[in-house]
Amino acid sequence: MEKRIRVLVAKPGLDGHDRGAKVVARALRDAGFEVIYTGLRQTPEQIAEAALEEDVNVVALSLLSGAHNTLFPKVVELLKEREMQHVLIVGGGVIPDSDIPGLKQAGVAEIFTPGTPTAAIVEFIKVHVTQ
Amino acid sequence: MDIVQELLRGSRRALARAITAVENDYEEAGSILQDIYPFTGRAHVIGITGPPGAGKSTLTDKLAKEYRGQGKTVGIVAVDPTSPFFGGAILGDRIRMNELTMDPGVFLRSMGTRGSLGGLARKTVEVVKLMDAFGKDIIFIETVGVGQSEVDVIKAADTTVVVLVPGLGDDIQAIKAGILEIGDIFVINKADRDGVERLNTELEMMLDLNPEKTLWRPVVKRTVASRGEGLVELLEALENHRTFLVTSGEQQRRRSARTKNELLVLLNEHISKKVLEKITVGGELDSFVERLENHQQTPYAIVNTILAEMLR
Amino acid sequence: MENQLLHGKMAEYTAKVEKALAKNPERHNLEHNRLYTPLDIEELDYERDLGFPGSYPYTRGVQPTMYRGRFWTMRQYAGFATAEESNKRYRYLLEQGQTGLSCAFDLPTQIGYDSDDAISEGEVGKVGVAIDSLADMEILFDGIDLGKVSTSMTINAPAAVLLAMYIAVAEKQGVSADKLKGTIQNDILKEYAARGTYIFPPKPSMRLITNIFEYCSKHVPQWNTISISGYHIREAGSSAAQEIAFTIADGIAYVDAAIKAGLDVDDFAGRLSFFWNAHNNVLEEVAKFRASRRVWAKVMKERFGAKNPKSWMLRVHTQTAGSMLTAQQPENNIVRVALQTAAAVLGGTQSLHTNSKDEALALPTEDAVRIALRTQQIVAYESGLADVVDPLAGSYYIEALTSQIEKECWEYIQKIDDMGGAVAAIEKGYIQREIQESAYKWQLEVESKKRIIVGVNQFQIDEKPPEGLLRVDASVGEMQKRKLSALRAKRDNAVLQEKLKALETAAREESTNLMPPILEAVQAYGTLGEICGVLRSVFGEYQAHVSL
Repeated sequence: MEKRIRVLVAKPGLDGHDRGAKVVARALRDAGFEVIYTGLRQTPEQIAEAALEEDVNVVALSLLSGAHNTLFPKVVELLKEREMQHVLIVGGGVIPDSDIPGLKQAGVAEIFTPGTPTAAIVEFIKVHVTQ
Repeated sequence: MDIVQELLRGSRRALARAITAVENDYEEAGSILQDIYPFTGRAHVIGITGPPGAGKSTLTDKLAKEYRGQGKTVGIVAVDPTSPFFGGAILGDRIRMNELTMDPGVFLRSMGTRGSLGGLARKTVEVVKLMDAFGKDIIFIETVGVGQSEVDVIKAADTTVVVLVPGLGDDIQAIKAGILEIGDIFVINKADRDGVERLNTELEMMLDLNPEKTLWRPVVKRTVASRGEGLVELLEALENHRTFLVTSGEQQRRRSARTKNELLVLLNEHISKKVLEKITVGGELDSFVERLENHQQTPYAIVNTILAEMLR
Repeated sequence: MENQLLHGKMAEYTAKVEKALAKNPERHNLEHNRLYTPLDIEELDYERDLGFPGSYPYTRGVQPTMYRGRFWTMRQYAGFATAEESNKRYRYLLEQGQTGLSCAFDLPTQIGYDSDDAISEGEVGKVGVAIDSLADMEILFDGIDLGKVSTSMTINAPAAVLLAMYIAVAEKQGVSADKLKGTIQNDILKEYAARGTYIFPPKPSMRLITNIFEYCSKHVPQWNTISISGYHIREAGSSAAQEIAFTIADGIAYVDAAIKAGLDVDDFAGRLSFFWNAHNNVLEEVAKFRASRRVWAKVMKERFGAKNPKSWMLRVHTQTAGSMLTAQQPENNIVRVALQTAAAVLGGTQSLHTNSKDEALALPTEDAVRIALRTQQIVAYESGLADVVDPLAGSYYIEALTSQIEKECWEYIQKIDDMGGAVAAIEKGYIQREIQESAYKWQLEVESKKRIIVGVNQFQIDEKPPEGLLRVDASVGEMQKRKLSALRAKRDNAVLQEKLKALETAAREESTNLMPPILEAVQAYGTLGEICGVLRSVFGEYQAHVSL
């Protein structure tokens, strides 16, 4: 049996705008990935625990409220605590360019801002998931 | 440390990785299953099946919390369909079970069917074994729930719960789809809706007519899972069924039937693999196909030839 | 007879087109017909389908003179960080000629959590202003006469609490509740379907909404008690017809609930208002506005038997489509917003928010907000679009499209009725799935370049990262926490406990109107989190239905 790339698509924080997360989830599904979608209002702890149990290769975070500088690094840190530093973490949403270097420094592999084609996200994951 | 050792010592990360290895048929999968085999057979495995929209996830979530309240540990395998076109899947069962995520006594794993029909994922049975060896007291299997006949769950579960709701309009269709025969317990969920009495009566009538279940007469329970109503009674029914399984010897019978089935499946898989290897290496398979296309030979004759060769 | 002749001419034209197409094929992905003629509106009956402005079925607008007397209300949605900061922005906007306020609240406020709740971490003051108690609300409207200004509040699940705070602030200013003008969004169904800031399950949520209808009909008669919103349904990806269809289906559910709760339809229906999206396709949007008025008028008159003409009118606030703003070449957004503004005005909106060019990147800066407001003023004063009532009426295309959107709308309403209404359709996930399908289709069209977004998938340039974006100070959360602990130390906690207890008792009793006990808890400086906490303990929380 061929292995499947497993991706946790999560919405940390409180914003309810999940159009992007759902579109990305579908696109990843159509690219042959197994996508675990957990719904709205996930705490960083819930995201890290779900990532552990589901043994995912990728955690994809979507956030439009502006709380990314607080919440994304928290997820990175909690995954490290669970010895899951190998997991690829990507983020998307309304994120100003000036925040991106800081987020990458904190361990987020890539930030996809509005207008990114889903194909670019699929491609990035395929290239960077190494096992 | 060895992954099985870690798993047996309670590492959730090891359990998660072992599941991945088994699900993807990694090289070490065979030895992992072999090594955990002696530690299996303890858990009460409960299958939850039923049509879409019946509230399976919500019910599983609430039951898991009840069992946790009793101090029991819980494993959950939640199955969702893999897209036949793209090979990918969206696994969304965690949405209704988010509160369980932060409970270290619960381990929830989502699985895509990956081509398997019948309501389970390809390796659900094996994943249940891993959770069993890990020490989970109760293991739930939530089937796909796309409304097809999802009867495979009885191959993996000790107790099968069929969840129905009144007013879906397809109550009887669901029953006809073959789930009447597999249910040990029937749950009428969302029992605050209209049509509950009718569904209840119809179910009871059909169960009375079903000659299959002589030792255990399936019971019908009502719940409103979203509000936690009827859970205590359902839990009691689950315990009753478990006691019945043990005292009547049914548990033993079912498990040995299951063991036999698993052995045959395993044997089948391995034989097929060996045969396939043998006839593809030298290109024989292609020449067989060619002969079939030219009507030089029948498939039956070819199979006989291959088997005769193999078993010599 | 005339049309028979036309049929013949049409055949000639079609033959010509065939030839032309052989040489020059048309663009793909064109959704509407090539040409509209009298043949497309043969069924149209002026009296029945259009009527006159200010008369049933209001296709041509809800007022007889529309913008010839007074323009629409120019209402910019604003709010961020603390009440102090937002108060400054409101005063700035009023000075710039804005005619109404529109409050944006941060997410913890929208979901009924205090700023010091663990779940609020990182979110305080981000997408709107943080309001924890009456004390914050007093600061928010400091120096603004609530007897004069009209205020729209984008608040849903805890709408009753924020409305109570507004009433309490007004009282302190010496303004009685019957003088207050404004709107609360208060539309929970679209939160379940599209926007996501729900708290309680549908049943108690519907109760809170009907409690507000009833309370306001007696005590705050000029208040718009709900803004039934298609805006967010459209933002989540729906089509134009879906936007108005799902929203009107929600409206039907609210009216049903209120009637079931014993209210007379004409006592509350005049205070129902709507909220549409002004999207990119200008003429389709105009047709959408017109169709929605016709559908709602029929719903209210024919289905609910409302007698008062005010009950038949679909009055609407509009916002330009936020999801159509691009992060690439943000200046282009000014042009998009101008066209969307034209659509809303030609469609006959009663009030309008125009988005700022930088909103795909961050909250808008003051300069960007000013341009957005100026866009409305230019359309109002310079363009001539506001000078004639419903100027596009009679266009073959507009009338045919209006009828077509109306037809699609009725089909959806029928389907939703068959499922048992909007609440049942949402619980089944039907509406969410329809929206998702449309959203995914749109995305695929953009990615395959069947749909061109200027600057995104064509006409791109190398850009420098934009500068001067608004940043919300990270210390806002800390500041709110300090204010909260000071408040908790200062207020009379014994009195508050009594009020909260009374609220709990009232919540358990289904026939009690919750507005009075909420107002009392607010006046005792109970926090939003405390008040919603009491209601959570009684009502439980909604579990989302998601199916992808």
